[in-house]
Amino acid sequence: MTTVVKAPGEAAAERSGGAGPSGERRGGRSEGLVLNVFSHGFLAVWAILIVLPLIWLALGSFKTDAQIGGSALSWPSSWNVDAFGRAWDKGIGDYFANTLIVMVFSVPLTMLLGSMAAYVLARYPFPGNRFIYYFFVSGAMFPVFLALVPLFFMVKRFDMLNTYQGLILVYVAYSMPFTVFFMHSFFRTLPTAVHEAAVIDGASDTRIFFQVMVPMAKPGLISVGIFNILGQWNQYILPSVLMQPQTGSDPERYLLTQGLIQLQQQQGYETDLPVLFAGVTIAMIPMLVVYLSFQRQIQAGLTSATLK
Amino acid sequence: MSQVAQGRGRGGFIAGFLLAPLALYLTFVIWPYVQTFGYSFTNWTGQSPTFDFVGVDNYSALMKDEVFRGALWNNLLLLVFVPVVTILLALFFAFMVNAGGRGGAGGVKGVRGSGFYKIVYFFPQVLSLAILAVLFGAVYRTDEGGLLNGVLIKLGLVDRLHPIEWLNEPNLVLWCLLLVVVWHGVGFYLVLFSAAMQSVPKDIYEAALLDGAGRAQTFLKVTLPLLWDSVQTSAVYLGIAAMDMFVLVSTMTSGQFGGGPDHHSEVMATVLMRNFLYFGKSGYACAMGVVMLVLTMILSVITLRATRRERIEF
Repeated sequence: MTTVVKAPGEAAAERSGGAGPSGERRGGRSEGLVLNVFSHGFLAVWAILIVLPLIWLALGSFKTDAQIGGSALSWPSSWNVDAFGRAWDKGIGDYFANTLIVMVFSVPLTMLLGSMAAYVLARYPFPGNRFIYYFFVSGAMFPVFLALVPLFFMVKRFDMLNTYQGLILVYVAYSMPFTVFFMHSFFRTLPTAVHEAAVIDGASDTRIFFQVMVPMAKPGLISVGIFNILGQWNQYILPSVLMQPQTGSDPERYLLTQGLIQLQQQQGYETDLPVLFAGVTIAMIPMLVVYLSFQRQIQAGLTSATLK
Repeated sequence: MSQVAQGRGRGGFIAGFLLAPLALYLTFVIWPYVQTFGYSFTNWTGQSPTFDFVGVDNYSALMKDEVFRGALWNNLLLLVFVPVVTILLALFFAFMVNAGGRGGAGGVKGVRGSGFYKIVYFFPQVLSLAILAVLFGAVYRTDEGGLLNGVLIKLGLVDRLHPIEWLNEPNLVLWCLLLVVVWHGVGFYLVLFSAAMQSVPKDIYEAALLDGAGRAQTFLKVTLPLLWDSVQTSAVYLGIAAMDMFVLVSTMTSGQFGGGPDHHSEVMATVLMRNFLYFGKSGYACAMGVVMLVLTMILSVITLRATRRERIEF
């Protein structure tokens, strides 16, 4: 695996050797072919390095414990889906539900509040506008856990540790920088003529926002929405600090990522690895589906978010 | 900005729209960051509500803390290698995907199936770090059941009776973690650089071709300068990610909140969390947070300054 890291250096050397000015003169056609093979080779190797571990892991959920401890390259002896059922019983189902409950509220709320702030900041000049904008955006600079110690006590003071609403509010707050940044640039690009027409028709500012601007900003909202879904679904540090049972009688409200790590740590003494692999596979599938269905928007959104 | 928007009597509307977002953001993001500064000058344990002001004691203790200094050094290593390796690989693949398939007819085009590569490469980005931790925990297993050892044993490169203990080997553990970060990140930056490459007008490439530039020359003299803005942004993002590393280290390596073996994979974030949640030294942990915050900001500024070039308009 470590040789992969060296690839760019070697590759650059080979490339300039094979395709440099001297290669150019020998005629484009054969050189083009060599390069095609060469670039496909490298691209294919990396593609395999991405896909192989994932498939290997998913196959592991069909193996037995002994098989997993044996040769890594063995094929599962039977295709029973027991491990998936056991993983579900071990709490993956609950963790899944907890994650969904939080996100059903946090994602729309993030989008609503983030767009409201971004809209006002993008289209209404007022004293302090720039300051508030940078104030919002600067939050993206700092790693979350720098604020973790006080955040824990802040949530505790509100009596919202290990509650859904506490985590929802924290998620919304921490998604604000990216959402405001992205939607700000989006609202700026919308034509002002439509806004003026709506004003002449006597629409109020609030009404213009909800009935004119939000529908026009739909492509932007979808992109940000997907990023927020991915980001909040995959969040680990915030739930692991804020969603711990506080007393013995407190119910366990672990989220999926947290639950997986929990499951992994349990494997230390229970050794039911197929369950762990099945759990990870279950957690991976929704993301795979979301990603494959929206990959166009994700890539387009990514591009416009970072290159503007 | 639109004229109508400047009318009077919109103060209420503006305030109304900003109130809830700002309140949440201030309460849960900004105020905790600010408090981190305050607590860093106290001997607060986190358990009792009382604490004393101890001045810069925490900071001077930090300077003497061997574990923290080791963690700082590891963070700095990651800070150099994570961005460099990820960006080089992503640039290489982006160039291959976008310009590698230059056929005999001339002109610049991507290899066939470039869309497919972009989709596959990006996929790790949508997996959570927790999934990565479990996945690579299995890949790096210390017996034949680990994917890496399994393959190496099959190839005859490693003795079946003495497989490599990837994450328990003091000199290997940090590089194993680095590999996970690179594996995770390359796709994202490939897509980013691809988009930047595609926004470069084709005639610039064609002009370079007509002038007799080879592929390496085209890349170094045309593509790279035009991509410089994206490379710079990426370096900052990756630097911030390299300062974090908490999830991977704490879940994949041995020890309370990770960092093992014998502190060889320790990063500042894991030391911070251990002091906060395990030793109950909240004030001390906050001082670490402040040091990290200051370092992150300094490094962002340095990266942006050091890589600053004249912006090329096209």
